[in-house]
Amino acid sequence: MSAGRTFRIWRGDARSGELVEYRTEVAPGMVVLDAVHRIQAESAGDLACRWNCKAGKCGSCSAEINGRPRLMCMTRLSDLPEDRPVQIEPMRAFPPIRDLVVDVSSNYEAKRKVRPFSPRPPDADDGTWRMSQADVDRVQEFRKCIECFLCQDVCHVLREHRLHDRFVGPRVLVHAAALEMHPLDRADRTSELRAEHGLGFCNITKCCTSVCPEGITITDNAIIPLKERVVDRFYDPIRAFMRLIGID
Amino acid sequence: MSSDVRTVSYDVLVVGAGGAGLRAAIEASAAGASVGVLSKSLLGKAHTVMAEGGIAAALANVDDRDSWRVHFADTMRGGAYVNDPRMAEIHAREAPERVRELEAWGALFDRTKDGRILQRNFGGHRYPRLAHVGDRTGLEMIRTLQDHGVHAGITFHMEQTVTALFRDGARIAGAFAYDRERGRYTLYEVKAIVLATGGVGRAFSITSNSWEYTGDGHALAYEAGADLADMEFVQFHPTGMVWPLSVRGILVTEGVRGEGGVLRNSEGKRFMFDQIPDLYASQTATDEEEGWRYCQGDKRARRPPELLTRDHVARCIMREIREGRGSPHGGVFLDIAWIRGRIKDGEAHIKRKLPSMYHQFKELAGIDITREAMEVGPTTHYVMGGVRVDAETQMSTVPGLFAAGECAAGLHGANRLGGNSLSDLLVFGKRAGEHAAKYARASAPARCNPAEVAEAGRRALAPFDGAPESGEGPYALQQELQVLMQDEVGIVRREEEMRTALESIGRLRERASSVRVGGNREYNPGWHTALDLPHLLTVSEAITRAAIERRESRGAQFRDDFPEKDPAFGAISVVLRKGPDGRMLVSKEPLPPMSREQKAIIEEMK
Repeated sequence: MSAGRTFRIWRGDARSGELVEYRTEVAPGMVVLDAVHRIQAESAGDLACRWNCKAGKCGSCSAEINGRPRLMCMTRLSDLPEDRPVQIEPMRAFPPIRDLVVDVSSNYEAKRKVRPFSPRPPDADDGTWRMSQADVDRVQEFRKCIECFLCQDVCHVLREHRLHDRFVGPRVLVHAAALEMHPLDRADRTSELRAEHGLGFCNITKCCTSVCPEGITITDNAIIPLKERVVDRFYDPIRAFMRLIGID
Repeated sequence: MSSDVRTVSYDVLVVGAGGAGLRAAIEASAAGASVGVLSKSLLGKAHTVMAEGGIAAALANVDDRDSWRVHFADTMRGGAYVNDPRMAEIHAREAPERVRELEAWGALFDRTKDGRILQRNFGGHRYPRLAHVGDRTGLEMIRTLQDHGVHAGITFHMEQTVTALFRDGARIAGAFAYDRERGRYTLYEVKAIVLATGGVGRAFSITSNSWEYTGDGHALAYEAGADLADMEFVQFHPTGMVWPLSVRGILVTEGVRGEGGVLRNSEGKRFMFDQIPDLYASQTATDEEEGWRYCQGDKRARRPPELLTRDHVARCIMREIREGRGSPHGGVFLDIAWIRGRIKDGEAHIKRKLPSMYHQFKELAGIDITREAMEVGPTTHYVMGGVRVDAETQMSTVPGLFAAGECAAGLHGANRLGGNSLSDLLVFGKRAGEHAAKYARASAPARCNPAEVAEAGRRALAPFDGAPESGEGPYALQQELQVLMQDEVGIVRREEEMRTALESIGRLRERASSVRVGGNREYNPGWHTALDLPHLLTVSEAITRAAIERRESRGAQFRDDFPEKDPAFGAISVVLRKGPDGRMLVSKEPLPPMSREQKAIIEEMK
């Protein structure tokens, strides 16, 4: 059982581009990435896209499908309306390179700005640590992140306001939260979160959470606790007063 | 079209940014070398990310009977005793330290009740040995190495692919690469190179590997004059998804069986009890009850037959399918849902222990694994063979050229145990980085021959000579090769078929030279596929020639025409190298001898 379906794929580069229509056969169980591969093999050999694992584990094949940021490998064609073409566009928050491939290097640079992991001295003589599963579980949610950058794509601070140089974005805040809440880490990232990382730009619209393919509760579990730390440190009236008189 | 080449210099160039490449780069940089890393994809996307089950290391946190000696013996037994024993010993001895080091760099493993690193059961490992994070250990490992590496003074060049290596006299001198984004060329003139390019899965049609795994490191080393060894040993992982067709081959972790998952045929029978190899008879449960107790941590119980080595389980599954007892879509059933009747809160337990499997089946196949059985079948997963290296230093037979991880041979022999791959990447990645830096320190700069560099540039542009219609398409040719290898040099092999395959590979190679692509050099996957083809053809030829040469069945190599082990082949490695006339030479070379202590350990653990 197979049938034809129409796809409208954005083709272009940094200068210009347009949606181009393709038609290909689809079979039960196919995902959007399969259709892109089929079109590549049949009629558009130079159609550019990134992919690797094909199982939602590497976060390479991010795109905007029917206007929504998603992984192409985890979007089944049967879940998309059949009465209109499937529209596939690159992530719009990043500079285009070619077709579905965009320049995501800003995410790597932003992440690199976060102060690295810095553990407390080992707990045991053999150089190892003791941690409870409950403490590990809390951070594991953040460490599930596959760096697909869909949250960065949907974030209006980056997408509409283009404040890439002032706001690191949800992915990087999740990374910072994972370090801040790591049971062994003892670095303090509060002041740079407020200043260089631009934590205050996030006005918790939760768009990032809604597109995360790993289901990470980005806003509630990562960003808001970080904001609370910043508030505790910088906006607590008693601490502000103590700072004023030079105690803190 | 311009073929301008920019030149960049490092002490050490690492090709590949999976677990082995990152670990090598970190070590070389720590030793004071200037280090560049090339990755074919973006950083953090390498196949290491797909590793699910865990990292094998005899930490003895869960069972204090474990030690490096048991791990060594398990690895040798799993490899059917054609492993390099020195590598197997180094690996078993050093893996615990490498795991602890990851924790010091921020990795968070699941914990025991007293707060130490938890370890789980896996096929072929006598005791619970795999440090893990649910079923996404590979992601934890690569992210830890990546986050550590970006602060370690290493230069990363993302989305660059190497098409040729150069020598200066006998020693390695450089690498030629193109970047995906613009198709520009770079010559890396370096003192030492570490190949960490992973596997060859794309040579087969059913595979768990992504587009990247085209045997680049294998082929580059071979072309540069290095020896390849053990290429006949390709691991078909017993459990890949079989339906829907578009996800066929995607891995289903062995962790499912470690947590108590069982294999059944269409008659509902646990067929793995039907045939237990002699080597493992004394370690295998005699009934279902004992197998279940093992998965529950009962130290007196022996493992269920589902946790026998991958080669054996894959063959048993093939037998069931061929004899008509398969599942509707041509696999068998893997059932973890049954444990809900055995433990409290089974559904939550499955979701906690196997979260990404739950997600994968739910999203891609519409199956709830806490309620229904999965359909699974063998998938091409891993190549035990690779660049022949020195056990201590990981240097190939070409001075200055090192290899680590999947693209190196020796550790796993005829069959790799699950969990031994991630530990391999760490142990030998570190060693390769350390020795590459040492080699670089002791060496004068090398020079690449400009004529060879220019030739590499011309060769890479050949697919653009003439209109696409004037030649063959790269995708169709790649697919033809994959089907050929899957059918003729797959799980069950016969000399006659492999001879035919060899002729077909020769014809495909001729046709590959007339492959033509459209578009331009900017991010053009058709062009990239065309440039991967020569590598795929070289490794396919190597696998086929080695498989013909080994006239016996051992580990992952199953010969229908020689179904038994032959002790004569138990003492040799099949080695391939490029002859002076450009043809592939095959030779049988003796395995490195075992020390007295190693022999004693194996005797003791039998």
